[in-house]
Amino acid sequence: MTELAATDPLPKPKRDIAPILLPIALALLMIPLIGSPSTWLTLTAASLAMGMMIFIMASGLTLVFGLMDVLNFGHGAFIAVGAYVATLVFAPFVASVQADSLWVNLAVLAPAALLSMAVSGALGLVVERVLILPVYGQHLKQILMTTGGLIVAEQTLYALWGPQIIPMPLPTSLRGSFIFGDVAIAKYRVLATLIGLAVFIAIQLVLNRTKLGLLIRAGVENREMVEALGYRIRRLFLGVFMTGSALAGLGGVMWALYREQVHASMSDELTVLIFVVVIIGGLGSIGGCFIGAILVAMVANYGGFLVPKLALVSNILLMVAILMWRPRGLYAVTSR
Amino acid sequence: MMILSGDPPRSRVLTLVLLVIILALAATPFLFPGAKALNVAAKICVFAALVASYDLLLGYTGTVSFAHTMFYGIGSYAIAIALYGMGPNWGAVATGIVVGLPLAALLALAIGLFSLRVAAIFFAMITLAVASAFQVLASQLSWLTGGEDGRSFQLPELLRPGTVLISKSVFGFEINGRILTFYLVFAISALMILVLLRVVNSPFGRVLQAIRENRFRAEALGFRTVFHLTYANCLAALVAAGAGILNALWLRYAGPDTSLSFSIMLDILLMVVIGGMGTIYGAIIGAAIFILAQNYLQSLMGVASKAASEAGLPLLPGLLHPDRWLLWLGLLFIASVYFFPTGVVGRLRHGGGDKSAGASH
Repeated sequence: MTELAATDPLPKPKRDIAPILLPIALALLMIPLIGSPSTWLTLTAASLAMGMMIFIMASGLTLVFGLMDVLNFGHGAFIAVGAYVATLVFAPFVASVQADSLWVNLAVLAPAALLSMAVSGALGLVVERVLILPVYGQHLKQILMTTGGLIVAEQTLYALWGPQIIPMPLPTSLRGSFIFGDVAIAKYRVLATLIGLAVFIAIQLVLNRTKLGLLIRAGVENREMVEALGYRIRRLFLGVFMTGSALAGLGGVMWALYREQVHASMSDELTVLIFVVVIIGGLGSIGGCFIGAILVAMVANYGGFLVPKLALVSNILLMVAILMWRPRGLYAVTSR
Repeated sequence: MMILSGDPPRSRVLTLVLLVIILALAATPFLFPGAKALNVAAKICVFAALVASYDLLLGYTGTVSFAHTMFYGIGSYAIAIALYGMGPNWGAVATGIVVGLPLAALLALAIGLFSLRVAAIFFAMITLAVASAFQVLASQLSWLTGGEDGRSFQLPELLRPGTVLISKSVFGFEINGRILTFYLVFAISALMILVLLRVVNSPFGRVLQAIRENRFRAEALGFRTVFHLTYANCLAALVAAGAGILNALWLRYAGPDTSLSFSIMLDILLMVVIGGMGTIYGAIIGAAIFILAQNYLQSLMGVASKAASEAGLPLLPGLLHPDRWLLWLGLLFIASVYFFPTGVVGRLRHGGGDKSAGASH
């Protein structure tokens, strides 16, 4: 260890790249197991798209926990609400959805996604004020309150839309696949991957390149210290919570299009999935959440192809394996 | 006092309410004729034990588990599969018990060692993930569990409704196998609740409460908190599996909807919170209130919904529809966590506006 002079740049923190290599290694390992390279490419593209969608839904949850130590069991409700709101926009514009023009389709898709985000974000505001504020700092009550919130939201959706599954057709221009030789990659998956990457890059830029992001990261690491420096971390938290809810809404729209259907119970199944992702990634870590989402999607896709029966418990096995390796998730950000 | 492990209800009203509930349950076959009343009473017994076991976790250690229905389901399925596969004899009942209880305890041990070691905060999330995987597994392995249809089975001769033990001419009513089954359920549930009362009032139970109040301090005092929490988790799982066995015996059926579904987990949470966390007695009151409401209020909602739709009100018919019963439950749940964190028992013991008792962290 040499002494640092005052003018020397601060030593760079050591980069922890093992978790980044993990999904790459997993993907490469699967080539011989799957055999056909074209199948492998299709499956890998599918995993990426699915992973991105899960990441969009889970990113808010992990930040909310990291920043404010709030465990939101009702996060899945925002996903379902987002999807239902999108059906409202889709219904009157069926013609535009079915039109065979990318721009006409996007002219419906983009407002639908934006409206879903706005509604989910607004709902996030209400939930934060009504459900989370009174039990702030009490984990047990947070879990109970937000679980109650999830039930109420889900049942309200049932009451308003009825219990049936609502079809949500993909816009015509997003149907079908890009064909490269004997590799087929669904168009929608490409779009989903692009949106997911854009969200990831945007979050990373905000977190790492702006003052706001600096405060959020500082808050994740040490809340009291940021407060002591005079920042109103509660307001910051409200902002993060609303953004997270809005992203969950966006994820809900994308997931609904991916499955081409909307049902209130999607909040239940996705809650489990995003919990697994958030735990794998390490609570509070965006990078970990991103890798965790891809890993979960890879295990689901490869596992579903190789050993379909295993797919039922593959998430749990993956979680167990990761936690054995790193007991606090891939990246342990918080000191909690 | 001995039988209550030195932990009496500590409130005159509460004692009275408990006595009324227990006497009413015990006398149901004679006081309230009809299959529905008996079903409701048996369900209250089973759930009182199940909720009490959950209270051991939630109320006494302050850990939220979403896997409690899994253990309940293991008990149910173990007895159902055994009786289905081996035929209606006592050997099958014994096999179900011998397989089901240790299986539940082992799984609880594995989950406890794994997730309580990692970080306590993960526990709720990991149990939720494991429970949902188990639910999918149970519905997929249809050769074993009967899939979504579940397994119906016959009870041993002695417990069947057709078996008349004491004919009508002796007491004025018939004592048949069904009533015997009811008393079996009643007695074993009561026994399990008394055992739990014993556990929470033992030195072990005091350590659990210390962990709930301040885990670091409990650890600093020299208690191995992971060991205590895991042990409590296993005990709760055992009782839950026991309740599952009783449930399956009573229904003569085990399926995903009656023993594994997430909504049962929510019911349990609600009953604990309504009755009062960290009291054990709360389980009896919570289960009684909840199941009575579930069985008799739902029809009331149907009437209200019909009235609202006839009056031409918008939205209300949908909101009041009997299927939307969970909506009101959820609102009630939030309200009771917020306004009555100590539940009915806490209220009765300390009057209004107290701050002691109950788990707040």
